[in-house]
Amino acid sequence: MKLTNLLTSAAMALGLAAGAAMADTTKVGFVYVGPVGDGGWTYEHDQGRKAVEAEFGDQVETVYVENVAEGPDAERVMTQMALEGADLIFTTSFGYMDPTINVAKKFPNVKFEHATGYKRADNVSTYSARFYEGRAVQGTIAGHMTESNIVGYIGSYPIPEVVRGINSAYIHAKKVNPDVEFKIVWAFTWFDPAKEADAAKVLIEQGADVILQHTDSTAPQAAAQAAGNVITFGQASDMSEYGPKPRVSSIIDDWAPYYIARTKAVIDGNWESVDTWDGIGAGMVGIGEISDAVPADVKEAALAIKASIADGSYHPFTGPIKKQDGSDWLAEGETADDGTLAGMNFYVEGLDGDIPQ
Amino acid sequence: MDLSAINPVLLIASLMVAATPLLLAAIGELVVEKSGVLNLGVEGMMITGAIAGFAVAVESGSPLLGFVAAAIAGAALSVLFAILTQFAQANQVASGLSLTLFGLGLSALLGQSYVGVKPPQMGDIHIPVLSDLPVVGPILFGHDIILYFGIVLTAAVWWVLKYSRLGLVLRAVGENHDAAHALGYKVLKIRLMAIMFGGACAGLGGAYISLIRVPQWTEGMTAGIGWIALALVVFASWKPWRALLGAYLFGGVTVVQLNLQAAGVAIPVEYLAMSPYLITIIVLVILSADKSSAPASLGRNFHASR
Repeated sequence: MKLTNLLTSAAMALGLAAGAAMADTTKVGFVYVGPVGDGGWTYEHDQGRKAVEAEFGDQVETVYVENVAEGPDAERVMTQMALEGADLIFTTSFGYMDPTINVAKKFPNVKFEHATGYKRADNVSTYSARFYEGRAVQGTIAGHMTESNIVGYIGSYPIPEVVRGINSAYIHAKKVNPDVEFKIVWAFTWFDPAKEADAAKVLIEQGADVILQHTDSTAPQAAAQAAGNVITFGQASDMSEYGPKPRVSSIIDDWAPYYIARTKAVIDGNWESVDTWDGIGAGMVGIGEISDAVPADVKEAALAIKASIADGSYHPFTGPIKKQDGSDWLAEGETADDGTLAGMNFYVEGLDGDIPQ
Repeated sequence: MDLSAINPVLLIASLMVAATPLLLAAIGELVVEKSGVLNLGVEGMMITGAIAGFAVAVESGSPLLGFVAAAIAGAALSVLFAILTQFAQANQVASGLSLTLFGLGLSALLGQSYVGVKPPQMGDIHIPVLSDLPVVGPILFGHDIILYFGIVLTAAVWWVLKYSRLGLVLRAVGENHDAAHALGYKVLKIRLMAIMFGGACAGLGGAYISLIRVPQWTEGMTAGIGWIALALVVFASWKPWRALLGAYLFGGVTVVQLNLQAAGVAIPVEYLAMSPYLITIIVLVILSADKSSAPASLGRNFHASR
């Protein structure tokens, strides 16, 4: 939390109290889990915030607080924003789920939007992106590109969103390379560059030549670059500064259209609690340009998967798929329903290790 | 489970790298506390050193120059703390905490144009023959120069504190500043020097993270190492070699637990994740069972008229 932000929001609170002229502006608050300069997750949310400002100009006023720890701190920050007159608050991390619900109860007239969670209320919407669709494309490239047949995966927390990504990447890597093996390290943090770098180095030392990450900083990219013959994928943001190698492609979160639509709904007075879960087709998940370090035929295969997911003809979780313990999950041709995906807490067959409980 | 995937040589080499920022910051803070000053601003000075070193290394193309700048930046920030606590007689705990908050904000501001920039690489030293030895080579003779500097610094601080006149004076000031003052030693001047030394070390530690260990700049990238360094000084009973041991243990268990995870060892990950903290604390608590205790004047402000 930067002092400047606190001062700005304090000044804005004063402004709200004093100026009647500001009464018709819509105030939109954003709560971030990392710094806006992380180059990944929070950076993209902040791009969305800037897009809202650009779209509505003087009609809206945005405030944000960065580096908010998941837990009681988050509740305080949200309460403060609501007290300062925010009309709409985006809370942008899974761990803000319960704080958001708690604060929303106290402020029934304030609209809340919680990213990647599953608890809703009359004034709480949830929204998320189908990142696992992007993971399918990454898995395809990873399976083709790995020579050691070991793919390293840096997980953040063992929550359904991350487990889905691991499963999706593994299924598609396995499809093109039956010998592929995944080594998974849980960092238990969304953002800790030193730890993420260590995790990447460890995976590389143990033979991985492809690193997938579900943490927010670019540190694993730097570690892969230092190691030499390793490829990576940008996470949440394009991370193109590490291209064309190690970063060969990326998953880009594009929140701007959603943030603009929801802000517009509040301005127009027709905001309703909804559950949004969009993927490649709707543009919420973007696939960063696949670099020249990827052979043309692999690139073609990856783009073909991307296209078939985008037009809806292919679902990344299409049977036959078994669970890790060998029990049946999806029959031939069956696709996973959103309920199972939203709460996914199991590995698919072939992955080693247990999900931390 | 496949333990054979873990290469012990690479493991030891990388744990030394993981431990170095912690060691540098802890040694600096140790000297500060030995002089009777409690500076809780280590995290703030580290992150300021991280961005200052990074910026200068990128602009000049020389990582070494970056480290020099990091030390200067850390020391400069610590002067602010010294002015507040030594001359304005402000509360040391509050001043130290605000120094951390200030450092985090300042570094974020300075670093805005450096996000995503790649720093020049610091080459590892390469000694003919020695560096090529199996096992011993990569562990002992294949690192960057700052890592060796950290070890040499530990030895130097130990020697100075234990055997030199300067060390005696420093300890006297830390144990009983009134007595030291009565003997004619310049308490404030000595403390100012110690604080600046601590700041410079913290700055170096920060720059080691942004220039070598990660290497890149992201906001908040020290992620609590400064606080661990503070705790380490206490658990190490203000003894340099124990601080080194603690730093290597902490760095070591951090790297080992990631290695075990990647190798698929069937220990629940939560236990592995807390193990660095737990093991470091346990070992150092056992070690500190002897009579050593904190410098008697630690955290107390000095004013000649009182």
